[in-house]
Amino acid sequence: MAKVLVVTSGKGGVGKTTSTAALGAALAQSGQKVAMIDFDVGLRNLDLIMGAERRVVYDLINVIKGDAKIEQALIRDKRVETLHLLPASQTRDKDNLTDEGVARVIEGLREKFDWIICDSPAGIERGATLAMRHADVAVVVTNPEVSSIRDSDRIIGMLDSKTLKAENGEQVEKHLLLTRYDAGRAQRGEILKVEDVLEILSIPLLAIIPESTEVLRSSNLGAPVTLGSPNSAPARAYLDAVRKLQGETLVEVQKQRGLFSKLFARRAA
Amino acid sequence: MSLFSFFKKNTTSAPVARERLQVLLAHERTIVGGGESDLVAILREEIMAVIAKHLAVPQDKVQIKMDRGASVSTLEVDIEIPAALTGLRPAA
Repeated sequence: MAKVLVVTSGKGGVGKTTSTAALGAALAQSGQKVAMIDFDVGLRNLDLIMGAERRVVYDLINVIKGDAKIEQALIRDKRVETLHLLPASQTRDKDNLTDEGVARVIEGLREKFDWIICDSPAGIERGATLAMRHADVAVVVTNPEVSSIRDSDRIIGMLDSKTLKAENGEQVEKHLLLTRYDAGRAQRGEILKVEDVLEILSIPLLAIIPESTEVLRSSNLGAPVTLGSPNSAPARAYLDAVRKLQGETLVEVQKQRGLFSKLFARRAA
Repeated sequence: MSLFSFFKKNTTSAPVARERLQVLLAHERTIVGGGESDLVAILREEIMAVIAKHLAVPQDKVQIKMDRGASVSTLEVDIEIPAALTGLRPAA
């Protein structure tokens, strides 16, 4: 049975799509069957980051409306054959993204894949809530910057209240992916440290993706960084994240909750 | 960079960011998603009800403000009572 993973953040531009592509490619390279779904109707970009922008024929809305079968819409990656992409619609209205439609697509994919990765749009509107709706696991992408952390906190509250798991009294397994991290600047007190972000958001750390020119370079070339530049620091961090997602022993001991998070436990329920 | 700024004590902004976020999120977690748990709204409503029981003060003469700090928050209730209601002569 497939695991449904949502890559989400609230804020835009923090690296959701880049991380979806990098994690998806790394999971597929380890032999898992992976389907990535772009939920950003009207502003799709996962196809571009994956280098598949010229191969899009059908999209998620076509599948939901019954214009195409899911097999017709899935684009198989040319580098890793277990990696697939379901693009978002660029032209159709996002009102076509319905609760039942998305549920049907996810159910169909669950039978055929090991991982379904939902690339959430920014914001907290329908696209974002539907992307997280069926999630078993969530990767919350955060930059060490005040607005990103505030938005992530809001998204964590939604993961704990608006998902199917939450409604059934279960928990979505949440992980923090700290992206664009510059350890030198953190050391100098110019940006928030990992420990600060972890204490404020109080969810376990999946990986720290260092700020790197390799990420942009790979995007320019239409390759996930884990395929385009697999020995770079960000790629190694993503590979580490994938090993953790697959249940290998966590290296870090989960950080003890600080006084702040004890006093102000997240209440959105 | 002048010579003075070189010697100036290095002020870091990250601790400020951290503190601002902690105060803000403690507040937001109580109002967002929880529905009716807006403490200030509840307090305002009940305080108004108590005042109305004893004094006919117009709504707009009652100010209720919450100021949230990192360690201490204050609740400020400012009620403007017309002299006619107190039955007292103003102090000389």
